[in-house]
Amino acid sequence: MASRLMALWEWFDARMPSVAEEWRKHAAEYYAPKNFNFWYYFGVLSMLVLVIQIVSGIFLTMHYKPDAGLAFGSVEYIMRDVSGGWILRYIHSTGASAFFVVVYLHMFRALLYGSHREPRELIWIFGVLIYLTLMAEAFLGYLLPWGQMSYWGAQVIVNLFAVVPYIGPDLALWIRGDYVVSDATLNRFFALHVIAIPLVLLGLVVAHILALHDVGSNNPDGVEIKKRKDAHGRPVDGIPFHPYYTVKDTVGAVVFLAIFCVVMFFMPEMGGYFLEHNNFIPADPLKTPEHIAPLWYFTPYYSILRAVPPLFNSQFPGVLAMGIAVLILFLLPWLDRSPVKSIRYRGAYYKVALALFVVAFVILGYLGIEKTTVWGQFAVTEGSLMDRMLDTKDRATWVARVCTVLYFAFFILMPWYTARDKVKPVPDRVTM
Amino acid sequence: MRTLLAALLFVPAVALAEATYPLDRAPIEPRDLVSLQAGARTFVNYCLNCHGAQYMRYNRLGDLGLTEAQIRDNLMFAADKVGETMRVAMSARDGKAWFGVPPPDLSVIARSRGADWLYTYLRAFYRDEKTASGWNNRVFANVAMPHVLWKLQAEQGVAQYDRTVRDLVNFLVYLGEPAARSRKSIGIVVLFVLGVLFVFAYAMKKAFWKDVR
Repeated sequence: MASRLMALWEWFDARMPSVAEEWRKHAAEYYAPKNFNFWYYFGVLSMLVLVIQIVSGIFLTMHYKPDAGLAFGSVEYIMRDVSGGWILRYIHSTGASAFFVVVYLHMFRALLYGSHREPRELIWIFGVLIYLTLMAEAFLGYLLPWGQMSYWGAQVIVNLFAVVPYIGPDLALWIRGDYVVSDATLNRFFALHVIAIPLVLLGLVVAHILALHDVGSNNPDGVEIKKRKDAHGRPVDGIPFHPYYTVKDTVGAVVFLAIFCVVMFFMPEMGGYFLEHNNFIPADPLKTPEHIAPLWYFTPYYSILRAVPPLFNSQFPGVLAMGIAVLILFLLPWLDRSPVKSIRYRGAYYKVALALFVVAFVILGYLGIEKTTVWGQFAVTEGSLMDRMLDTKDRATWVARVCTVLYFAFFILMPWYTARDKVKPVPDRVTM
Repeated sequence: MRTLLAALLFVPAVALAEATYPLDRAPIEPRDLVSLQAGARTFVNYCLNCHGAQYMRYNRLGDLGLTEAQIRDNLMFAADKVGETMRVAMSARDGKAWFGVPPPDLSVIARSRGADWLYTYLRAFYRDEKTASGWNNRVFANVAMPHVLWKLQAEQGVAQYDRTVRDLVNFLVYLGEPAARSRKSIGIVVLFVLGVLFVFAYAMKKAFWKDVR
């Protein structure tokens, strides 16, 4: 039996040797630094979630109906009448949030260890493109259950495009395919969500990994392992991805799946953060909910949008700030002027800046979920100078403004503080 | 500027709660089949006349330990076949004409409102001559729904009425997600399997990484 299989493999290999070649190039003989730590699980986990989303999504499309009259009911049909349907739906809804959790942690890893720095700028650019595409994918998918939050969230976000000067209204109309979010919108969002965006996502993931495997992985020390090779030309601090990291990542994947399953089976709504309560009310174009908030993974940017005051009665500055807040990520490899990559050898400036950035990002995220009145209002005397100067007395808006400034300062001041930071000497080899 | 600083420093301390009617915690017990069956009975007798539960099939009530015959004889007043969904005879148009708004479908009402809200709401009606129905509600001001359970509330007294509402809310929570009951037991099995898998995966990792230093 074994020899038969061997013979079959040889037959195959003689006709298509590139399979074995790619396997060697990307797994068996891809040398990864041996000192990967906790933060290095999230790349593989992102791919795992991508697969989970694609597979569960395929099965959901077999039962879901992209029709304004039927969509909400078809989701309940999946939850009740399709065998195992509720598992599929909860896998997919939990997976959407899990995707952002692992991607945010994966991106934070880059900030910790300088994974975006030369020669890995292209990997970072592909990564940011993946992040943008993922945001589009999540936004489009969120309309599909056709609940109140789906509907009004889509209405709000599409209207953001409408504030772009000159072309805005036509642009929003083109996106919706109607004057309001409607059946036409649902149908096209479905098409984009199940095929167009996933295709782009897959292509970008391939590019991300190819670019990574060309230059090699960074590591927690930010040391280039390719600089020191043994007699066979293999990096002395590298170990083959397979089997070392395949077995290690298997452990990480099992732990991740356990956490995933705790959410999915015991708290699928995650207190309203993964599945919002208001989204169990069918979409009603005539009834605007009192409080519209996007899902948690968009809220830092939503906060920035709300924090920027309108100019000449136009919300465009806020929309612009929100757009720049995401797009500025592309520039990161060139904003960072530190002679070292890893936070282990950076000085106090970068550590403080990164800490402030994380705090600001989390506060912005929290405030984006809540109403701007969540922390009350300043007690200002009516008609006083202060009263006339403040465009809003909501405390939360002012906190969001401070955090928005911190968010942008992290990037804009980066060339300055990273160049002046007192760095420590970087070792020649990785440390375990 | 000083106000701004003060605000930044003391923000968490002054976080204001919204002024809403305080909700009682619903003492529901999702595994109490007797309570669920009692809730189902109240539901079909009082709620289902105006509200539908159009995503729920009658035969699914077998989850509550009922046979199809029991469902057909005791709970099915508005349908012919036990596989039908819990629709309501009243049209949405009539509902709008009679109440001002069509009564909402209750299939997932417990998921949007929450058990505590429903439990408090159903116990918070009071007489109000100014409204069309003669009833008003402390949780949902000027609600279009009259106090359908008023007779029960009058006959049963506080403790028994609270139990009736508890059973009804228990049922509404079940109705919102019938799979919830099996969900947790399946989850425990899945976590156990993952736990076993973890032991092997971890042992394998240890074995392979012995020589890495």
